[in-house]
Order: sequence, then C-alpha cells, then structure tokens
Amino acid sequence: MHEMSLAQNILDIARQELQARGCTRLTGVHLRCGALAGVEVSSLRFGFEVLLQGTPDETARLEIEEVPLRLRCGACGAEFGGEGRLALWEPCPFCGEQLGHEVLQGKELNIVAIEGT
Amino acid sequence: MQIPVVRNVLEANEKMAAQVRERLRGILTLNLISSPGAGKTSLLERTLRDLAGEFRMAVIEGDLQTDNDARRVAATGAQAVQINTDGGCHLDSNMISTALDALDLSQVDILFIENVGNLVCPVEFDCGEDAKVALLSVTEGDDKPEKYPLLFNLARAMILNKVDLLPHVDFDMARARAFATRLNKELAVFEVSCRSGEGLDGWYDWLRRMRAEKVRD
Repeated sequence: MHEMSLAQNILDIARQELQARGCTRLTGVHLRCGALAGVEVSSLRFGFEVLLQGTPDETARLEIEEVPLRLRCGACGAEFGGEGRLALWEPCPFCGEQLGHEVLQGKELNIVAIEGT
Repeated sequence: MQIPVVRNVLEANEKMAAQVRERLRGILTLNLISSPGAGKTSLLERTLRDLAGEFRMAVIEGDLQTDNDARRVAATGAQAVQINTDGGCHLDSNMISTALDALDLSQVDILFIENVGNLVCPVEFDCGEDAKVALLSVTEGDDKPEKYPLLFNLARAMILNKVDLLPHVDFDMARARAFATRLNKELAVFEVSCRSGEGLDGWYDWLRRMRAEKVRD
C-alpha cells in the first residue's frame, strides 16, 4: 500500500540526479528490489505511471531487477540462497536449521541507474 | 545518457529518522506495531495509568481517520498527539517530526509511537525509534510470526495480548512463541491481558530496563 510514496521517492531522487548533470528529461530508472523489501512490484509500476502521466517524462521506463534472498544459517554459518523464492525461515541445505538466519541480501531497495536527456 | 548511481529509495525517510532520533536523545522511544484490534491503545492506556507516578510519558497516535485513540490516551493525563494518515498505511519519520512540534519534549521520559494497524508497511519505515515492539493477540492466528517474519525479526519485544481469552480460542501459545523467538534470539516475550492486568509487570520491568539503558547512553 505504500508503493505510491515509494514511487514518489524514486522520482524525486531521479530528478535530483538528472538536474545535477544538466539533463532535463527523465527517460528511465533502474531499480534493484530485494525479496524482503516489502514492495509489490506491480503496484510500484502502477504508481510510477500514474505520477508521470501528463508530465514531460511520461514515457520514462521503470526497470526492476528483483533480488532474491541470500541467507547465512544461524546454526552452522553456511551461506545459501540467492535464487528463486526463498523464505526467511528456509531450512538450511547443509544442517536443516530453519530459523535464526541472517539476511545477507534481499532487504535492499536501491536505484542503481537513471537515464535522461 | 545513462547515469549509474546507488541511492536508497528510502533515504529521505532514513535521513529524517536520524534527525528525529537526535531530537529524542534521552527519551526512550518505542514504535508499537500490530494488526488492527490487537490492543495497542488498550496496552497504552494501562501502561500510562500504571506507570504515571514513575515516568512522564507521551504518545503519538497514528490512524487513518479520527482522533478517538488520542482522546483515549489523553484521558490518562499523558501528552498525546494524533496523526491522521488519510488512508496512508504507515507512519514515516516526516510525520513524526511534525508531531514532535506539538509535544513538550522536556517533559517526556518515554515516548510511544502507536503506528497504523498493519503488520507489513510500518516495518519498512524507520520513525526514529529506539526499538520496535510487536503486539499480537490470541484472537489472531498463532502463525502470524511465520506470515510476517520481518516484524518479529526486527522487534525487540513481542507482547501477546488477551491471554484471558485463551480458554475460548485455539491459539497455540507455544507455536507463536517458539517461531518468533527462534527467528529472533534477542526477542523479549510477554503474555499479558490488558483487560485483567495479568502479566503486565514483566512488560513494565522491561520498560524500566530499557529506560535505564537509554539514560546511560
């Protein structure tokens, strides 16, 4: 439900970066979005489109790279995951422990590139 | 042209949260998160009354609409300010910063932030608190920690409310506790009834310890 405010944040950051480089039009944003970032990607796309409607940046694309969870086992310390749909309580493939894992990757929500003219 | 950058989408919130944290130095600040109806306001009413002689407490109330909750907690004599999010699913640090202007912070030892009833979005937004407190009631599913792991992973305390209703519901206390505490080894757990007062002493002792820790820092 908070995707609209995230979309607004993304646009604010993108426009700020463009302005700093003398660009005037936004044509695209590349985002990395972790599996545990709490973001519903389709809602985020919808919010982004709605906010751009009727502006000069209307055709800007939002590219989203979804980042799967990577975990360190709370019991044996092995690292696993990094692909597919993984839960925070995924059983460790080495020792079977289900809980207490540390999140190494998958909480991030970062803009990694902006395109503009 | 393509410009490579690395910017956290939530950075505006996180910067503001750092400023809020600075303003709240010396004040223990707890962000209370639960589903609607778990008993956040009831817990606050009890706590504000029972510890009134010990701490000066204030509350920031977050709701979509109405100031019902702010009026309930203000009736205990505590400072209270209501934020209406008008449909927004969570509080953010900008709203907290504005709400702080309405409080006399020199008269506050403990500040409670009662977030919007929701187990998902409030977890993502740092409000400048010292700790998140998760509240769950036994009339909900005992698998809530499994379904919403991030909250129970990040919270410092979990309160299981409405234990006076345990004989009437199928809530498996052991399941809820085991999952949450294995997910989060640091989690303090309190089984309470805000209606009967049962179990609240443990919660109060935790508040005293947290407050002492905050003052030491």
